[in-house]
Amino acid sequence: MIAFDFEYYKPTSIIEAVNVFQQLHLQGKEPIYYAGGTEIITWARRNDISMKAVIDIKAIPECNVLQFQNNTLVIGAVITLTHLAEANVFPLLSRAAGGAADHTARNKITVGGNISGRIIYREAVLPFLLANSQVVIAGPKGIKYVSIHHVFNKTLQVEKGEFLVQIITDQSYIGLPYVVMRKTKIQKVEYPLTTIAAIKRMGRIRTAFSGVCSFPFRSPEMEEDLNDRSVPLEVRVNRAISHVPAPLLNNVEGSAEYRKFVLTNTLTDTLEKLGEE
Amino acid sequence: MERSQRFVLDIHVNGEVRSVTIRVADTLLHILREQLGLTGAKPGCENGDCGACTVLVDGWPIKSCIMLAVEATGHEIITIEGLKDTPMQKAFLEKWAFQCGYCTPGFIMNCYALVRIHPDADDQVIQEWLGSNICRCTGYEEIQEAVKSVLAAQHPSNTRTS
Repeated sequence: MIAFDFEYYKPTSIIEAVNVFQQLHLQGKEPIYYAGGTEIITWARRNDISMKAVIDIKAIPECNVLQFQNNTLVIGAVITLTHLAEANVFPLLSRAAGGAADHTARNKITVGGNISGRIIYREAVLPFLLANSQVVIAGPKGIKYVSIHHVFNKTLQVEKGEFLVQIITDQSYIGLPYVVMRKTKIQKVEYPLTTIAAIKRMGRIRTAFSGVCSFPFRSPEMEEDLNDRSVPLEVRVNRAISHVPAPLLNNVEGSAEYRKFVLTNTLTDTLEKLGEE
Repeated sequence: MERSQRFVLDIHVNGEVRSVTIRVADTLLHILREQLGLTGAKPGCENGDCGACTVLVDGWPIKSCIMLAVEATGHEIITIEGLKDTPMQKAFLEKWAFQCGYCTPGFIMNCYALVRIHPDADDQVIQEWLGSNICRCTGYEEIQEAVKSVLAAQHPSNTRTS
């Protein structure tokens, strides 16, 4: 049970959503945008967040798009992870997002919510980091199209009143060879020790990680190491892991030492599956 | 659409339209149980983990503890009370697919949706779906047998059942 009260708004256009946010903000109601809402509800139940209003963006048409347009794949922010998997228009994304939570939860979790969330495990963002996708952000200053690398740094960096509308991916990435490996300690449905998503484009390996550090990431330094074919695979992997951009997670799912062990093996397997020797 | 903190909601549940006064902050699970008397959906973890509260929303299983009741507007909700003598319920009986029974409504709703959405489900799909629910009596094998028996009955050529 959520112990505090809040108001609920369900705008039917982007401009309405932005205007409602600004009005509520001026009233001191600290509104938050709401898509699948799974994380908001669980945090609210534990009193880890508080808001006096939520703005449900599920009725905004642009947020519900899932289609190819002009050689790009456009995915609206409120498309659920299950919908993505069932449609399977981007197999790498289907596979990576299929690791989040469990199947029934994924019927409610949205791709935008997973990317924008506070939880440290956000597998849905990995394919977009690999594919240099563009994101569409709406806010008081209008609508902007920016590279995901410009707005995703540990979390989605949006300004107050902005929200994620769509993710746009060049169609040339859809059919690339890919690997997704998700390792958990015991069961399939639990937080991962490591999730690696990787593609091979024009002979170069790209990798993105979740569950390794306290945020999902893609590291240019690690990719330089992994693509240095002048040294043996083992050396490439060990050098790459030395460039993990933050301390390895050390929590109930696994110690940092165990994570490093799992990461080393999983990264090696990933490269081998992509034909590296 | 704007909703103040408390309002009257028309909710479509089990083929009926029911009017309830709710708080925006109320979960669907809370309203089903406390206002509508539909206590088949069970509160377990209330954190989206255990699946005991699973209901169908437009035919898809949803954990009603992580859905606000206000989100149900315009959607068709089916709870365990809305299922009458379905093959899945009979299969749970025939395969002894429950022990204490607390998780059973959630499992049945999930399994009921599974065989309708994926009538050709293989073991991987079944296990992926069943991974959404927790049974502390550990009756998973029997539950899986129940699902397979319904799938087999839907497609007589299917010989998955043991």
